[in-house]
Amino acid sequence: MDKMEKYIRDGKSGMTPIVKTVVRFVMGIIFIFGAYVVLYGHLTPGGGFAGGVILACGFIILTLAFGKGLALSKFSDKWASIIDNSAALIFLTIGFIGFSGGYFFMNILGKGKEFALFSAGTIPLCNIAIGLKVTASVFAVFLTLSIFGRFVSKLVDDYEDDTEKE
Amino acid sequence: MQAYFPLFTAIPLAMAFINLLVTKVNKKVTDFLAFLAMASLASMAVMMLFESPFSYQVGGWAPPIGILLVSDGLSSVMLVIINVIGLLSMIYSTKYMTTYTAKPKFYTLFLLMIAGMNGVVITGDMFNLYVFLEIASIASYALVGFGCEKDELEASFKYLILGGVASTAVLFGIAFLYSMTGTLNMPDLAVKIPEIGHNHAMGFVMALFIMGFGLKASSVPFHAWLPDAHPSAPAPISAMLSGVLIKALGIYAIARIMFNIFGSDTMVSSILMFLGALSMLVGVFLAVGQHDFKRMLAYHSISQMGYVMMGLGLGLNPNVPPALAALALFGGLFHMVNHAVFKSCLFLCAGAFEYRTGTKDKTEMGGLIRRMPFTSATCSIASLSISGVPPFNGFWSKLIIIVAFMKAGYTVYGILAILVAFMTMISFIRLQMNVIFGKLPEKFAKIKEVPFAMVLPLVILATLCLAIGVFYPLVDQNLIEAAKDALLDKAQYISFLGR
Repeated sequence: MDKMEKYIRDGKSGMTPIVKTVVRFVMGIIFIFGAYVVLYGHLTPGGGFAGGVILACGFIILTLAFGKGLALSKFSDKWASIIDNSAALIFLTIGFIGFSGGYFFMNILGKGKEFALFSAGTIPLCNIAIGLKVTASVFAVFLTLSIFGRFVSKLVDDYEDDTEKE
Repeated sequence: MQAYFPLFTAIPLAMAFINLLVTKVNKKVTDFLAFLAMASLASMAVMMLFESPFSYQVGGWAPPIGILLVSDGLSSVMLVIINVIGLLSMIYSTKYMTTYTAKPKFYTLFLLMIAGMNGVVITGDMFNLYVFLEIASIASYALVGFGCEKDELEASFKYLILGGVASTAVLFGIAFLYSMTGTLNMPDLAVKIPEIGHNHAMGFVMALFIMGFGLKASSVPFHAWLPDAHPSAPAPISAMLSGVLIKALGIYAIARIMFNIFGSDTMVSSILMFLGALSMLVGVFLAVGQHDFKRMLAYHSISQMGYVMMGLGLGLNPNVPPALAALALFGGLFHMVNHAVFKSCLFLCAGAFEYRTGTKDKTEMGGLIRRMPFTSATCSIASLSISGVPPFNGFWSKLIIIVAFMKAGYTVYGILAILVAFMTMISFIRLQMNVIFGKLPEKFAKIKEVPFAMVLPLVILATLCLAIGVFYPLVDQNLIEAAKDALLDKAQYISFLGR
């Protein structure tokens, strides 16, 4: 019995084994599709933002089906924050490198052949940076709104207690 | 400087993210990093004053396709206001924000707000303006609720909803403009809009812009968010919101769009003058009865922004002699600069009093000049400036606005402006009686002056109040004159297209 099998049989966290099994099959496809949308952003519809949202949805579906334990062990809130900040800095660095060509965000790399994967200079790099940033920040927003919600709901209870007293 | 113009948005953005990364390892450097960013921005902004107008093509793409950044007299003055007051507020925060938790996150949001405001004033592209407007607004929503207390969250939520409505109105306006002209480049819009002429859709766009940017500038029918948001925010943020944000997102955007893109127009002019006079009156009458120090200052912000709006309104009027319109516009812009200086000083003073006494209620204070001489003296100077007492800066700008209105034949507006100036003075004399002079309550007998990092910004701002008033003909006149000319010279703005 491999590790994943153990998670599926575990009845305590997450949804039923049916959902878990389906998610296990779909997960890989979602991630590959997300990565494809990011990497082919300069050639086909999509790009960093759309692909990043798809990738983040992959992590979200993982959390919903298997519970927070597995999802946080794969992609913790701390790493989400670090990747979020670093990706923004990578994107800005690409902008700063443009100064060597004379302008901010100047596309200084070779443009290559049209419709090839390695073409369009810095644009695919920008897409990758945006993709990472959006993946991390959408997942971080999801974590903040769902898993760390306990703290906020306690605040709301306190608030209601206060208003009742008044 | 010209080659590195986009750094005004790039430096604060970069430092905002670096700050969050570095403070995961070491929390102590956060003050230093924020200071580094703000000090470099402030010195760059001062250097920009000596540059002649130019435009910058991001990524080397020629307008109207690429994004254009524009630097002229008005944007240089705005950059100086934003970054210098930002630097002073940041220095003040190093001590003041120790009363809150999560200082690194505070600086990150603060730098994002600076990036957004710098972006709004340097951009020459309509959609870019909207994006930067949202960056600055969203950062400020979070900053208003930074204390996470009940009132603060409520104020933040109210501000978020109203600000969201305003942003939607602006986005709608931009969408309409794009559908009519097929361009988003602002100098290009200035060429294409006169070709289309006046139609209903254009009138609707103007209404959406006046509503959207008017809400950001807290002009009266749209002012409901401000009296809650400003007192709830931490003091340096109140100073930034009142001193800078409502000007950069509201007044600057209205001025740039109405003067440089649409051009003078009787209807818009009378609407702006009416809204200005209304803000002036309503703001000051609501301010007089307030007990909360910061809430009173917030209502005065609404009132003082009324002066600026009135000045802009008369400046847009095609029926008055051009010299008078230019004088009114000059007065409005000058008052905007002055208001940035004295109102941020007053909010920082309010924060300093609160830091030591623990209350915002001015009736509970009294005689504080004996215990906190520097804070009280600077508060007094800023109060005299906002009341319009010579030789402080507020006097000159109010005088210019009133003279322009009287000479142009708008006697009622002129008299209202005098009345409001008088009411402002009454309100601030009461403030001084309550807080600075009078009897020192027992419980405050042992309080001390605030730390040096909080006194320094106050002293600098108070000195500026006096210096702008006294040296007005030597220095400021040229600066404001350049800003005024930039707004009135539509041909120069169109020439940024580079055709």
